[in-house]
Amino acid sequence: MPSLKDLRNRIASVKATQKITKAMQMVAAAKLRRAQAAAEAARPYAERMSQVLSNLAGRLTPGPETPRLLAGTGSDRVHLLIVCTAERGLCGAFNSAIARLAREHATRLMSEGKTVKIFCVGKKGHDILRRQFPDQIIDFVELRSVRVLGFEHADMIAKKVLERFEAGEFDVATLFYSRFKSVISQIPTAQQIVPAEIGGNGGAATDAVYDYEPSENEILETLLPRNLTVQIFRALLENAASEQGARMTAMDNATRNAGDMIRRQTLTYNRTRQAMITKELIEIISGAEAL
Amino acid sequence: MATFHFELVAPERVLYSGEVDAVLLPGTEGEMTVLPGHAPVMTALKTGFIVITDKQNHGTRMLVRGGFADITASGLTVLAERALDATELTPESIDREILHVEMLRDASHDQAARDAAEATIAELREAKAALQY
Repeated sequence: MPSLKDLRNRIASVKATQKITKAMQMVAAAKLRRAQAAAEAARPYAERMSQVLSNLAGRLTPGPETPRLLAGTGSDRVHLLIVCTAERGLCGAFNSAIARLAREHATRLMSEGKTVKIFCVGKKGHDILRRQFPDQIIDFVELRSVRVLGFEHADMIAKKVLERFEAGEFDVATLFYSRFKSVISQIPTAQQIVPAEIGGNGGAATDAVYDYEPSENEILETLLPRNLTVQIFRALLENAASEQGARMTAMDNATRNAGDMIRRQTLTYNRTRQAMITKELIEIISGAEAL
Repeated sequence: MATFHFELVAPERVLYSGEVDAVLLPGTEGEMTVLPGHAPVMTALKTGFIVITDKQNHGTRMLVRGGFADITASGLTVLAERALDATELTPESIDREILHVEMLRDASHDQAARDAAEATIAELREAKAALQY
């Protein structure tokens, strides 16, 4: 039976924890609103970009001139997994869900005899994957010091990926991130970005002759790296919103659990206190009777 | 007068979306004005002003730095790399852009990238001068 002082201390400590989780929940809620707005504002650009690209690719006849970012290298031996996670923990299953998806993907590829390389964006994913794939991780970007996610951060990551692609270090790149569906639901997603995936044939309807200024391939050559950056940028923004959403839910749960615990502990505390008072009274009364 | 749908989007936000009469674009191969019913063209953009005429004789100027314009039967979409909206368009904001490019130029060791940055700076200076009128 814990003493009264022990119980008091325990209640005080749970109360302190509850204050922290409550504060974290509110901070996450405020950040979520901003992150969500940013993710939504970036959506039109990414959508238009893939529309333009599919327009263009739908009309293009594949040839030796076609940029490799679109056509691929012709093999799929080496896979690069770009795993985007958060910099901080305490956000429920957010990081582990993305890491799990990436891990499953990596093990499957390896069992097929393919080479897997991993590019980590975000500290948490790096921490998780480092344990299982110490030799596969080839690069790691930390965005810890970044306060507001900008296009330039995505650009920096895309440049690193492109450099490796130009050097022939991989054939296929897949991006792992968490798609923000709602505050309580974030979906870990794998998206192939190299060679560019062309969703649907948007340009099939227009047979009209299209003019290109400058030439078709020159445009594609600038458009494709840009598309890569845009896709990464979108993944980062979706991830940021998902992270805050996951943290908000996790912290809400933690606050509620702490509340339950405080209630239980207070009950035990009061019962013990009453038992002690009763015991003391009995002692006094029986002492008086004995006289 | 006939109108067509125009959209100007930057990575972070949508800057303009609506029906317009005409749009002047700074294409890499020269400036071009897009009117309703324009033939489908896809063009790369250089640094310069986009002039949007949404009402008769009323133009709005926006600065874009690189990007693409896609003209289709359904309208015109401009995907700008960076863009400054009319209200943000002041000599000071252009100076900031110039500074930004200068920093990029100094950070890179690739000669082609440095040349490209130099060209952008020149175009931005030109834009700044044009703004004074």
